[in-house]
Amino acid sequence: MSGHSNYEPKTGIERWLDARLPIIRMAYDSAIDYPTPKNLNYWWTFGGILAVCLVVQIVTGVVLAMHYVPNSDLAFNSVESIMRDVNYGWMLRYIHANGASMFFLAVYVHMARGLYYGSYKAPREVLWLLGCVIYLLMMATAFMGYVLPWGQMSYYGAVVITNLFSALDNVIPGVGTAVTTWLWGGFAVDNATLNRFFSLHYLLPFMIAGVVGLHIWALHVPGNNNPTGVSVKSKADTVPFHPYYTVKDGFAILAFMILFAWFVFFEPNALAHAENYVPANPLQTPAHIVPEWYFLPFYAMLRSVPNKLFGVIAMFGAIALLFVVPWLDTSKVRSMRYRPAARIFFAIFVVSVLVLGWCGGKEPDDVVIAIGRDAAGDPTGLSVTVFSRFFVLYYYGYFLLVLPILGLREKVLPVPDTISTPVLSHGGSALPTGATAEASKKG
Amino acid sequence: MVETTNANPNVDPGHSAEPGDGSSRRDFIHIAAIAVGGVGAVAAVWPFIDQMNPSADTLALASIEYDFSKVAVGSQASIKWRGKPVFVRHRTPKEIADAVADDHAAMRDPATDASRHKAGKPEWLILIGVCTHLGCVPNLGGTYGGWLCPCHGSVYDTAGRIRAGPAPLNLLMPDYEFLSATKVKIG
Amino acid sequence: MLRNALKSALLGAGVAGLLLAAGGASAKTKVEEPRNGHFSFEGPFGKFDQAALQRGYKVYAEVCSSCHAMNLLFYRNLGQPGGPFFDPKHPNPNDSPYAKAISADIKVPDIDPDTGDTIQRPATPADHFRAPFPNEAAARATNGGAYPPDLSVIAKAREGGANYIFSLLSGYAPPPKGLTVPAGKYYNPYFPGDLGSFWTGPKDQVPKGGFISMPFQLTPGRVTFDDGTKSTTEQQAHDVATFLAWASEPKQEERKQTGLAVMIYLFIFTGLAYGSYRRIWRNVAH
Repeated sequence: MSGHSNYEPKTGIERWLDARLPIIRMAYDSAIDYPTPKNLNYWWTFGGILAVCLVVQIVTGVVLAMHYVPNSDLAFNSVESIMRDVNYGWMLRYIHANGASMFFLAVYVHMARGLYYGSYKAPREVLWLLGCVIYLLMMATAFMGYVLPWGQMSYYGAVVITNLFSALDNVIPGVGTAVTTWLWGGFAVDNATLNRFFSLHYLLPFMIAGVVGLHIWALHVPGNNNPTGVSVKSKADTVPFHPYYTVKDGFAILAFMILFAWFVFFEPNALAHAENYVPANPLQTPAHIVPEWYFLPFYAMLRSVPNKLFGVIAMFGAIALLFVVPWLDTSKVRSMRYRPAARIFFAIFVVSVLVLGWCGGKEPDDVVIAIGRDAAGDPTGLSVTVFSRFFVLYYYGYFLLVLPILGLREKVLPVPDTISTPVLSHGGSALPTGATAEASKKG
Repeated sequence: MVETTNANPNVDPGHSAEPGDGSSRRDFIHIAAIAVGGVGAVAAVWPFIDQMNPSADTLALASIEYDFSKVAVGSQASIKWRGKPVFVRHRTPKEIADAVADDHAAMRDPATDASRHKAGKPEWLILIGVCTHLGCVPNLGGTYGGWLCPCHGSVYDTAGRIRAGPAPLNLLMPDYEFLSATKVKIG
Repeated sequence: MLRNALKSALLGAGVAGLLLAAGGASAKTKVEEPRNGHFSFEGPFGKFDQAALQRGYKVYAEVCSSCHAMNLLFYRNLGQPGGPFFDPKHPNPNDSPYAKAISADIKVPDIDPDTGDTIQRPATPADHFRAPFPNEAAARATNGGAYPPDLSVIAKAREGGANYIFSLLSGYAPPPKGLTVPAGKYYNPYFPGDLGSFWTGPKDQVPKGGFISMPFQLTPGRVTFDDGTKSTTEQQAHDVATFLAWASEPKQEERKQTGLAVMIYLFIFTGLAYGSYRRIWRNVAH
């Protein structure tokens, strides 16, 4: 796939440049002529959507940094001043704040697509690993960005997340305290912490952009996976990226923009917390403190374990597992379209993560399934904490048991020889099962 | 799971072929989409440019009031207006006379002394204290009794007119009006 | 087909479980749901009612401002587009005669540039709303230890926004029998709190709400409205909630209007892109 180039410099200037820095050739090979499987569905458009999200975040972020003041006395007011006094500041800030949510929404769809269609399997392991690195960097960036407005949620978010490292005290006494003090630059989250978070929040997106470059490189060497999971066999299986996928991705990006714009212009604070419009007060924690929605599943994992160290391990372990997925899955079939049993386990996995997210937004002693009532008339029974444990177990079980064992024992459906085979069968009235599932997901 | 294996020979494999058949409707929809996208891209750029313009709180400070009653004859007060110094100079009769005497001398940016102050108040010279060469703040002094810019030696007279050195224009006058016998509003 | 049915059943069970769970948890809520104020600025097409904003500002100026600061609001904001006293004849808020007249009547602290003494001078449109107390300690000392919060962004900083403010201010009720109200505190069913330890009645009938340090303020006729609107408690609470919602987000109207244009544009562009996509792909089986 890579290696051969169809680029032919037409003008003298192009030939001159091509002999010195073949940058037009590179752009042509990777964005125009790049052979792409012709059966990619809309789940594949989220890569392009994510690229747009990154650009939007960097551009609005650079601009916001022109007005933001990273000082614990001034930060809150400077954000409000952006919203009130800076020309179009309200728009830029709401795009940036909601853009983080949109970015995570898209990345979760992108990751789920990779898991469902086996896009992490050979020869795309490095591609998947780079994606995991991007996800980690995204989480760090989003967390530090959320601290910057210096509201109550910002402040206590920073307090809780940095205190995760104090769990190291349970391993070697003193180390956790030393690490947190070092992270804070003081004895608590304070001005020094805000300043370093601002610095890193500005830096990390450019590191993300760098790893995205590697991610795309690692994509273009083996080429795209596709819904059948069958490797490209001939030119008949592919279309050139431009105009086929530029227009398809473009359409999907615009559809995504409609959702994005709806949040920015009509519900800009729906995904945020009212408490974050209260300036940070180190003397009083809000009654109900929760992270942003995209961290809720991990927050639920942290709380599900009644031990500080093991709770932190459960949470970080859930992310660490993603890095070894390519070596946990033993199935020779890439796409779950031909793995009916795997599809069911995957569906439960998705539901589990959603339920964990829901649990993360509840208070730990809220009752999920009421059995009785206590003296005050409040329901008693299965608490959120206990309830979430089942789903934490399933999350781990999916990666550590289902993926390794199922691949060895499951019965798979016949896999087509080429991408074009199932593509051509679309026209008939009797749709194959996989294609039906496909169609229902598209809607 | 039923998979048909017979390939349909009528299907365009796509890769090598030019998409579409060149009908005008096809061209129209592509051109329309690109045009609408271009218009949107241009419109979307504007907020990113406009955000660098002065914000509402900056504009709110654009005019100030100053009580000049304490500026003694022969002295000058520098006040900050829009982030720049404004000279409020209480001229002596001799300084005024010197300036009027030079009204018709050869100058780079000819102006009469009368045009440099409000009618009836020749003793008050109110100027933006920024050298018109490259923006430094001139000091009192120089061969014409006005100002001398420390950066590149521009010399201004007692009416703030450029008389020597590289600056192209006289010191600029802000918009101002006298509100009372002791108060002036600048901006 | 069987597999699809199984999958649907699973998804259905998951969703049902979620709904069930949500129902189970909501029983714990201990505060009265805010009443709907039916505000004109709600929804994608909502706009502020300028007369209500002006009345609301009067309520703030005559009642709230004696304890609550609004440090992020400037007098010029009153005259800016969308503001309570915006007049199209004076598009520049800094020249607004209303903002000038209102601010000129108010004395704000400053430093005499010649002597360095603290002085009181008339405010200008560029000054922020005069704070009632010089600092937090002074505010607490005057208010029995409680700190009246700054109201600049209060509608964004409280769950329920304007509806909550409206309900709280108009919702003071006599404490139910069996509830011991501490000295200097007042019962309000909309104020979050936990009254369990002050309740001597049946354990399963703990009243909703909490104790607030602010006594009931908006007695009927407390503020006389210049436009002749009857000054009921409801009216005053409604108008001041409108004013505070505007103050929390003065660019809200501009945001929604821009949003409508952006949405129309995006739908047109997306439709064209879809047409373009269909044309390009029409000869490719996929």
